[in-house]
Amino acid sequence: MSENRSEPVTGIPAVDASGLPDHVTETEIRESAARERREKLRSFLTNWQGLTGLILVTAFFASAIFASWLAPYDPNALDVPARLSGPTLDHLAGTDQLGRDTLSRILYGGRVALKIAAIGVSVALTIGLTLGMIAGFGPRWLDSLLLLIFDTVRSFPTIVLALATVALTGPSLTVVLAIVIITSIPQYARVARTATLTLRNTDFILAERSLGASMTRTLLHHVMPNVVGPLLILAAMDVPVVVTVEAGLSFLGLGVTPPTASWGTILNEGYLVIRDAPWMVIAGGIPLILTTLGFTFLGEALRDIFDPRMGKGR
Amino acid sequence: MLYYLTKRLGLSAVVIGLVVLVLFSLLHFIPGDPATIALGPRATEEAIARYAEKMHLNEPVWRQFLIYIGNALTGDLGLDVFSDRPVTAIIMERICFTLALVGAGMGWAMLLGIPLGCLAAVKPNSWLDRVTGVLSVGTIAVPSFLVSIWALLIFAVQLRWLPAIGAGEPGQIGDQLMHLILPAFAIGLSWVGYLARMVRASMLEVMGENYIRSARAFGLQPRRVIFGYALRVAILPTITLIGMGFGGMISSTVFAEIIFARPGLGKLIFDAVMARNFPIVQGAVLVATGLYILVVLFSDILIAWFDPRVRESL
Repeated sequence: MSENRSEPVTGIPAVDASGLPDHVTETEIRESAARERREKLRSFLTNWQGLTGLILVTAFFASAIFASWLAPYDPNALDVPARLSGPTLDHLAGTDQLGRDTLSRILYGGRVALKIAAIGVSVALTIGLTLGMIAGFGPRWLDSLLLLIFDTVRSFPTIVLALATVALTGPSLTVVLAIVIITSIPQYARVARTATLTLRNTDFILAERSLGASMTRTLLHHVMPNVVGPLLILAAMDVPVVVTVEAGLSFLGLGVTPPTASWGTILNEGYLVIRDAPWMVIAGGIPLILTTLGFTFLGEALRDIFDPRMGKGR
Repeated sequence: MLYYLTKRLGLSAVVIGLVVLVLFSLLHFIPGDPATIALGPRATEEAIARYAEKMHLNEPVWRQFLIYIGNALTGDLGLDVFSDRPVTAIIMERICFTLALVGAGMGWAMLLGIPLGCLAAVKPNSWLDRVTGVLSVGTIAVPSFLVSIWALLIFAVQLRWLPAIGAGEPGQIGDQLMHLILPAFAIGLSWVGYLARMVRASMLEVMGENYIRSARAFGLQPRRVIFGYALRVAILPTITLIGMGFGGMISSTVFAEIIFARPGLGKLIFDAVMARNFPIVQGAVLVATGLYILVVLFSDILIAWFDPRVRESL
C-alpha cells in the first residue's frame, strides 16, 4: 500500500489524523466546531450572492411544486379568441398562438425543469461518486480505463450527441434525461476520484483496512462521507447546465413532446412568432435565467465558504 | 516531447475510432432494414435493392464497417439520400460558415475577456474587479441559445440594426460580416465571463510569485511585468479551458446557426436529423467531433510546448 500517486488536490481538505494536544478537551472541540458552523452560516447570510441564490432557488422549487395552485389557468386550455394577446390583466404574460396562458405554461414548465434537474443530477451524482471512488481506490489499470472513458464522454459535444441520439429514437424526455446523466457523470467522477486518491493512504483508512474491513465497507463508511461534500456543491452548479440542456433540446423540438409545457417549448413557440408576439420569448426566457443564476450564485457562495480551494482559486 | 506527442496522438486516434464505431452502429442499432429507413417507406423494391448494392448492405456487418472506415479515410463519407451528392462536398460547403462563426465568437470573447481578467487581477477588489466578477457569473449563467433569441429579438426584430437570418450574399464580405455579428455575439458572451474569471484567478496566483516581485524590484515597467512575465504563465490554464470548452462552443454554435438560420455544420446536422437523412448525420457528426478532437489535441500540444511539467506528467 506504499504506492503513492501524487495528484493535484482540488477536493476536500486532507484529513488530519494526528493526535490532539493533551490539554484540549472534547467539549472545547465541540464548541469550536459549533463556532465554526455559526461563522460559516453568518458568512453565508451576509454574502449577497449566496442569499440571492437561495431566494431564487427557493422560488424555483416553490413555483414548480405549487404550480397547480399558482397557475391562473390550465396550461393546455385553449382560448382561441384571445390568441397572441399581449400582457393584459387576464393574461399577465400574454398568450400563445393557440390562446394558452403563457404564465401558467411557464409555471408548469418549471415542473419539467425540476423533474429533469432532480432526477438527472441525483442519478449522475450517485453513479459518478461510485465510479470515482472505484477509480481512486481500485487497481491502476481500472483507474486509467475509467479516466479514458470519462475524458471521451466529457469531450463529446453534448448537443451533437443529443442530435445523433434523437435521430434514432425520436424526441422524448427519457432521452434528454439519459443524455444529461451520461454527460455529467464524468465531472462528479473526477472530483470523487481525486478526493479518494488523497484519502487512500491516510492513516485512518489504512487502519480500517488493516482491521480487515472489506473494500465496500471502507468506501461506504469511511471514504464516502469525506468525498460527498464537494460533490454536493458541484451538484448545485450542475443544475443550471441540466436545466439549460433540457430547455435547449426542447427548444429544438427534441425534448418534451407537445402539448407538454416546458421553458424550451415556450421559447420555441415564441421564436416562431417573434415578430408578432415578442413577449413570449421574453417571458419564456426569464424563468430560465433566474433559475440558472440562482443555482450558480448559490453554488458559488457555498463553494467559497466550505471549499475555498475548489474552482476559481481564491 | 516526441513521446508525449505520440501518446497524445494515439489517444486521439482511439477516440476518433470510438466515434466512428458509434456512428456506424447508429444505423445498425435501429430495428429494420437500413435501406428502407434511409429511403423512406415509399421506396420501390428496385430502389431499395440498388441502394443496398451501392451501400454494400448485403455484405456482413464487419466488412461494411471496414468499408466505411476505408472510405472515410479517403474522404468519402457516402452520398446524400435526397440529392445524391457526396456528403463530403456538402460538408465542405457548410463548414466555412461554422469556422467563421466559432472564430469570430471566440475572438471577441478573448479580446475582451483576457484583458478584463488581467485588469481585475492587477487591482483586486477595485470597482473594475467587482464589476468583472458579477459580469462573469452573469454571463456564464445565461444560456447561449437564450442570448441568441434575445439578441435576435432586440437587434434584428425590434431595432432592425442587423439582419436576422442567413449568412449574407455570397461574395459580399460586408454583408456576410453583418450577418456574423449577432451569432458571434451570442456564442461569445458567456466566454467573456469564463475567460475573465480564469485569467483573473491564475493571474492572482502568478502575481504572488517571487520572480514577479523581483521583476518589479528591478524597476521594470508595470505593463511589462504584467503582460511580459505574468500573463505568459497565467494564460496556460486558459488555453486548456479554451480547448476543453470547444465542445460547449460547438453546442452553442448549433443553436446559433439554427436560430439565425445560418447554413453551417450545426444547421446541417439538425436539418438532417429532422429529415432522417442518415448519411449526412453520420458524416457531419463525424466531422464535427473530429474538429473538436483536433482542437483539444492542438491546445494540449500548445500547453506541453509552453510547460515542460505537463510533458512529463503524461
